[in-house]
Amino acid sequence: MPRRWLRLGIDVGGTNTDAVLMDGDQVLSWHKVATSIGIADAIVAAAGTVMKQGGAASDQVAAVMLGTTQFTNAVIERRRLNPVGVLRLAAPATTAVAPMSDWPADLAAVIGDSHHLLHGGLEFDGRQISAVDDAEIDIAAQDFCAKGISAVAITSVFSPLDAAMEHQAESVLRQTLPDAAVTLSHRIGRIGLLERENAAILNAALSKLAIRVIEAFGSAINELGIQAPIYLSQNDGTLMTASQAVRYPVLTFASGPTNSMRGAAVLSGYSDALVVDIGGTTSDIGLLLDGFPREAAMTVNVGGVRTNFRMPDLLAVGLGGGSLVREDGRCIGPDSVGFELKKRALVFGGDSLTMSDIAAAAGQMSLGNMDHVAGLDCVQQALATARTMVEAALDQVRPSAATLPVILVGGGAPILGSFAIGGGEIVRPDHGQVANAIGASIAKVGGECDRVFSLDGISRDEAVAAAKSEAVSQAREAGADAGSISIVEIDEIPLSYLPGNATRLRVKAVGNLSAARI
Amino acid sequence: MNKIGLKDLDDIALGATFLGTGGGGDPYIATLMTRKAIEQNGSVTMLPLDEVPDDALVFACGNMGAPTVAIEKIMGADQPPAAVLALEAHLGRQADLLMAFEAGGSNSMMPIYNAAILGKPMVDADGMGRAFPEMQMVTFSVYGASGSPFALASEHGDTVILDIDDNNRAEYIGRGITIRMGARAAKASYPMDGATARRVSIPGTTSLCQAIGANLRQSRELICDPFANLIEMLSETNYEHAKVLYSGRVTDLIRETRDGWAIGKVVISGRDDENLEIEFQNEFLAARQGNQLRAIVPDLICILDSEMAQPITTERLRYGQRVSVMAVSAPPIMRTNEALAVFGPAGFGMESTFIPLEELP
Repeated sequence: MPRRWLRLGIDVGGTNTDAVLMDGDQVLSWHKVATSIGIADAIVAAAGTVMKQGGAASDQVAAVMLGTTQFTNAVIERRRLNPVGVLRLAAPATTAVAPMSDWPADLAAVIGDSHHLLHGGLEFDGRQISAVDDAEIDIAAQDFCAKGISAVAITSVFSPLDAAMEHQAESVLRQTLPDAAVTLSHRIGRIGLLERENAAILNAALSKLAIRVIEAFGSAINELGIQAPIYLSQNDGTLMTASQAVRYPVLTFASGPTNSMRGAAVLSGYSDALVVDIGGTTSDIGLLLDGFPREAAMTVNVGGVRTNFRMPDLLAVGLGGGSLVREDGRCIGPDSVGFELKKRALVFGGDSLTMSDIAAAAGQMSLGNMDHVAGLDCVQQALATARTMVEAALDQVRPSAATLPVILVGGGAPILGSFAIGGGEIVRPDHGQVANAIGASIAKVGGECDRVFSLDGISRDEAVAAAKSEAVSQAREAGADAGSISIVEIDEIPLSYLPGNATRLRVKAVGNLSAARI
Repeated sequence: MNKIGLKDLDDIALGATFLGTGGGGDPYIATLMTRKAIEQNGSVTMLPLDEVPDDALVFACGNMGAPTVAIEKIMGADQPPAAVLALEAHLGRQADLLMAFEAGGSNSMMPIYNAAILGKPMVDADGMGRAFPEMQMVTFSVYGASGSPFALASEHGDTVILDIDDNNRAEYIGRGITIRMGARAAKASYPMDGATARRVSIPGTTSLCQAIGANLRQSRELICDPFANLIEMLSETNYEHAKVLYSGRVTDLIRETRDGWAIGKVVISGRDDENLEIEFQNEFLAARQGNQLRAIVPDLICILDSEMAQPITTERLRYGQRVSVMAVSAPPIMRTNEALAVFGPAGFGMESTFIPLEELP
């Protein structure tokens, strides 16, 4: 009998931890537990159950893919963050805007104000703005050392074009702070100095938490007797290894919604569709194109900090399983009982009328004590209101007049009942309630090229080809199976006013995790 | 007389993005710069154009360079005032008032920044009334003021004084120097006496930015129709005719670089009627539905996202975005034959003739 290679997908959310055991695109088993028992215990409980239910031995698991909101939540809640020393290599340029100028005061207070704006940085054409001064970096390192700061973010101007100065600063810094957790901005961000610097600072602020969380992941998987490599999903729907995640926790931001949408694609078999992910408090509505979520074009705020991460372009509507229902069902949300559903909802003996109570009364969900919701007279009105809310939101996300299938996923999906929306086919895939764990398990590995090309010496096609080949080789380095790599995105931004028809090309390539890596 | 304080900056930035008509650069970074300058030096006094004394010396200030570089190589704190100080040193006389040459986009902030740091008042006016790509595309130049002498400054404090007869050559040579300065230079230009400034400038454009921004913000706060509100507000200004041309989704986007310009076309599709096509060269220039012209430069064409009425720059346009297109009539001083020759359709090499927005369907 051929040996089965299975994958374990786990989503560690703020409220629930979900696990799925996957054989290819097929779900063998799934389970959901509350995260509140502790990350490691929740993983052991959820993953242990799916292993048992799936009849899988620990050595049949080839890879473990985790998605988590732990790091996003830490920033939003301003908890478990460590102070950061900030180095910007740019003077005399950029002195008009100091690092963290536009941060919310409460978050800035946690990070501290140890920043140094030093000489360095490049011009757009690769010339130096000024040389890096090792003595200046040494003074900054002494300052961090005296303050007991052990996490540092280093950003130099135009480092996405050439990162040598960031590397130089790191090596000088390590003479004083050999064990510092150092984040180099070019590793995590694109052109756009403040946004890239912000992301680097957030990443450095998560460095201590990242060690703890990734260790907890590892020990939980270990406790299950699984030896397979551990991957974490990133916001662009691709994977990084656990050791990369310890260094770049910020790249997990917004991976949850991405995983849900990718999971919806696999479960439904559609690669172009509208996805409605219904949770406890909100429904997130997004557009799948070629199996990936459409990305937001605007800058994205995380906990009040401006970043330029790739985030799915989602429309959030205040409609979820815990949303409060008022005015005889004519008004729903945006407030929700959230994780207190099992205490406050009518069906659980509480005093709040929620959408879950409506769904239970309508026979769409079975939970709690149905006697508590017998005789509710606003059920049909509330269901109609919920549908109207979703239809209006779908209409805003729909890319054209063409009808697209609508995929309903998430734990709250039953609250919508069964009905047609906007003429498109409605798909309610099995296992939709664990779409994000499934999305994590099927995530790909990717590579990216973001460079400015001068089209003086080469043609545009040659530049695009060079960018593609760089993205493909990065994807291969990240562990993609060479035969499965495809280019999923080419974005070209001509640089106006510059000589030689300079153009900035961003190319993204993704592929399946290669069997050799598994 | 008016004061510009910290609370006004976000409104001015939002209004400046609207007047940027797709170009002019995101004022975000310039706003952060200006916020710090006002925090450290106090608010800025702004004089209406008609109160500028005859013999006052006025400089128009702003920046030159590539917007893509601007988001990466932020300016040095001393860079913008260095250009003003260099021009003063060259003329042997201090400027009495500073003014914007471009009210649209990030340049809207630069006179405020300089005025705060140098302790000078500013004039509520500019030379473009919106954003345009080139330095000679200003009413100052149209009505006979010389852009020279003018000063450019780099973040190193390097300054260059240029004295060039012809404003077209001034643009060309100045841009060459800007590129050597790393594609980001601060500029002080068009030194004028007050009488000239009153004759050649577009009045009230900084306070117009503020009014547009405040109007859009209030619509968001009250959750009412932002477009109807703005149209009503503009009807009482010298940008009096405004309308929503179209609502739909971005269904095609073609960009290319030609001679250093970001040139392209965006197609917006509604549910039933014919698509709207908008040509751009850094800024949106013309909107057409089939063969029917709907609006053309120098009248303003703005693409806003349909939900929040946030103006969208050409760089941030993406396939699939849901947008509404607004057009606004340029003030009369920008629609004379002399003005149209410089920044009307002909100024951009277009064959169409200018037809005022209010005469188009």
